[in-house]
Amino acid sequence: MGLPLFDATTDPGPDFSALVQRSNIAMPVAGDADLNLAHGTTIVALKFADGVIMAGDRRATAGNVIAHRSIEKVFPADRFSAVAISGSAAIADEMVRLFQVQLEHYEKVEGVALSLEGKANQLAQMVRTNLGMAMQGFVVVPLFCGFDLTKGEGRIFDYDAAGGRYEETDYQTTGSGGTYARTTIRLGYRESMPLDDAIELAILALYEAADADSATGGPDSVRGIYPIVATVTSVGYVQLDDADVAARFDALVERRRVTQGNPEGTLR
Amino acid sequence: MTMPYYVAPEQVMKDRAEYAQKGIARGRAFCATVYDKGILLVAENPSATLHKISEIYDRIAFAGVGKFNEYDQLRVAGVRHADTKGYAYSREDVDARSLANLYAQYLGQVFTHEMKPMEVEILVAELGDGRAGPQLFRIAYEGTITDEVGFAVLGGDADAIRARFANDARADWTLHEALRHAVGALAGPDRTLGAGDLEVAVLSDVGARRTFRRLEDDEVTTLLAD
Repeated sequence: MGLPLFDATTDPGPDFSALVQRSNIAMPVAGDADLNLAHGTTIVALKFADGVIMAGDRRATAGNVIAHRSIEKVFPADRFSAVAISGSAAIADEMVRLFQVQLEHYEKVEGVALSLEGKANQLAQMVRTNLGMAMQGFVVVPLFCGFDLTKGEGRIFDYDAAGGRYEETDYQTTGSGGTYARTTIRLGYRESMPLDDAIELAILALYEAADADSATGGPDSVRGIYPIVATVTSVGYVQLDDADVAARFDALVERRRVTQGNPEGTLR
Repeated sequence: MTMPYYVAPEQVMKDRAEYAQKGIARGRAFCATVYDKGILLVAENPSATLHKISEIYDRIAFAGVGKFNEYDQLRVAGVRHADTKGYAYSREDVDARSLANLYAQYLGQVFTHEMKPMEVEILVAELGDGRAGPQLFRIAYEGTITDEVGFAVLGGDADAIRARFANDARADWTLHEALRHAVGALAGPDRTLGAGDLEVAVLSDVGARRTFRRLEDDEVTTLLAD
């Protein structure tokens, strides 16, 4: 691997994807769409008083089999944004990795970080590039959120498989359990919620999704595996402590146990 | 057909070296030193946007003196090399030594084969971890690579600054002590340098993956004041 120097007319600039292609590093290749497909997920993102909160379950499925119980689907994209992926696991993972390096690469080469809008558009391009794979069954649909430093607020972006980018005003969910989670959030959402309420609503939404969708993993107190919850605010991406998330889920499970699984008319 | 005049290779190299040295001596100096919690990088640089010091990777920083467009080109190549390598293999496989070697080879090649040598001197610094200590690789315009111990000085008037710096230099000093000493050495006896004349950054492990951090003017002013 030599020193990657280019002349002024062929320089790839801060575009890491273009650089990777020139370096002949293998990008994922389409194969049989039925092989090793890991689908099914629930990701939620909602705005709260100080920014955005994002949470995702830990289960990966291949057909009707649980492929993994503790994979992570919510990632820091950079210091001030988070990305979560539902869809084909291999491609989703690679897309996240490439996206993370791309954002950091841009920041280092240019000396300043991309704007949140720029990051969202960059991700849309990556999803669009994957369209050919999506047609063969390797669909990847990310959910992106972050703290916009110029506007001083959290923002949420949603995508479709063709690379369409849609900004959401309050909250969004994705994945096979997304519908159930979205309904839960819709019922409990208030504008500028305090952090604690937002966390409770996010984990409740994940709980409801796992309750109804077989491809979404619920809290696993036997193995000590709980969903990942992260916030992005003016101080950056912070993943909630495992013990904190575990305690909240355990309390929720206990409340439901007492009422035999029935929320009894309240969002709890 | 006219025959070119014969010029002895010694003379060619001497002329090129002189040319590069002159270019570098025109620019302002830079120094780096190890301190108790990492590596401090200080450059005399009145510009707040045209950086002499930059981040290459998680634990690696770059500094260049001399001609801006030439060392900036090397900086970007370094970022590209590191990011590509970390993406293809693993983040822990990216190290300063191999990058410093690439720089040395490139600078050496340009010095002997191109019309004009590069008028730059660069430093690749890597923060130590459990297995290895901090590393400072200085690479000169003709490709000479030096593994500096404790501190490194680059740029115009480097010898005088190095002599001032070596006086009382320690590896276990605090950021505050190291910065004051570095700024004193850069300024010399007849000048004082304020935050506005300086570009300051550190490689320091505070638990995050990326260890490079620029110190803002007010932070530098505070550190220099007390």
